[in-house]
Amino acid sequence: MRWLALALALIALPALAVQPDEMLKDPKLEARAREISKDLRCLVCQNQSIDDSDADLARDLRVLLRQRLVAGDSDRQAKQFLVERYGDYVLLRPPFNAETLVLWLGPLAFLLIGGFAAFSLYRRKPASEVKALTPEEQAKLERFL
Amino acid sequence: MRRLVPLLIFVVVLGFIAVRLVKMEKGDMPNDIKTVMLDRQAPEFSLPPLLETKPGLATADLAGKVTLVNFFASWCVPCRSEHPLLARLKGRVNLVGIDYKNEPADARNWLAGLGDPYDAIAVDRDGRTAIDFGVYGVPESYLIDRQGRIRYAWKKPFTPEEIQTVLLPLVAELNK
Repeated sequence: MRWLALALALIALPALAVQPDEMLKDPKLEARAREISKDLRCLVCQNQSIDDSDADLARDLRVLLRQRLVAGDSDRQAKQFLVERYGDYVLLRPPFNAETLVLWLGPLAFLLIGGFAAFSLYRRKPASEVKALTPEEQAKLERFL
Repeated sequence: MRRLVPLLIFVVVLGFIAVRLVKMEKGDMPNDIKTVMLDRQAPEFSLPPLLETKPGLATADLAGKVTLVNFFASWCVPCRSEHPLLARLKGRVNLVGIDYKNEPADARNWLAGLGDPYDAIAVDRDGRTAIDFGVYGVPESYLIDRQGRIRYAWKKPFTPEEIQTVLLPLVAELNK
């Protein structure tokens, strides 16, 4: 019995938020929908994609997205459809624009500031010169060796 | 002077945190999603009425009057706290309720129990119209001017302050 439970636990699949009744019959289109929905934020949970989320709105958006794809939208058009309603925030990968400038360039700026600080610090204090061992130290060392 | 630099950085960081905290204290939460619908034409929709005695709502009905569209649901707990505030708007703005993803019978019961402040109530059974407005939770409210443009959005339950200091002055201005 214990072995059976273990075997079942091992073959258990991760629970999917996407329900079978939402999936498209065309596997290619369904695969596209899955890929796109991984990049779309669930507005309710906010740190999950709609592909991951069990929220009601996420489900509605997944269904809506699939309808757009069936209607012939390109990936970009389908995303744009939601951006028009929810703004760039719905994209988990924020686009590079005036509003996200600090977000994208901030890390680079901090790297440069830090690099400059480290550089000037090390340049000002050259590594102290290595002094030769005193005779006592030399004698001590030889004893150990 | 050199030793003051880390202290200075600390004070600046502290300043950022303080500003954010004060904003949160005033109700501006970082997880609030800002609307992108402002100054845009209200989306196209035509929704059936909830009650036999009151009309539903279609985009064409928005022309010529200032309308507050309020998304609500009987299963929505914050809507319950907002509800008495909506009653205060009676006669001051054309108040339309959109019943969001709700069993119509439940919504009717809910309004029968709490009172019905709306001039018209439409049923958005599958929530599609709500998505076109950019709704991500109920309650949410949108003020639409006489030309059918969205001029204001409030994406959480109303507070008496918000109604007095922001909503009603804006309604008066749009009615001019």
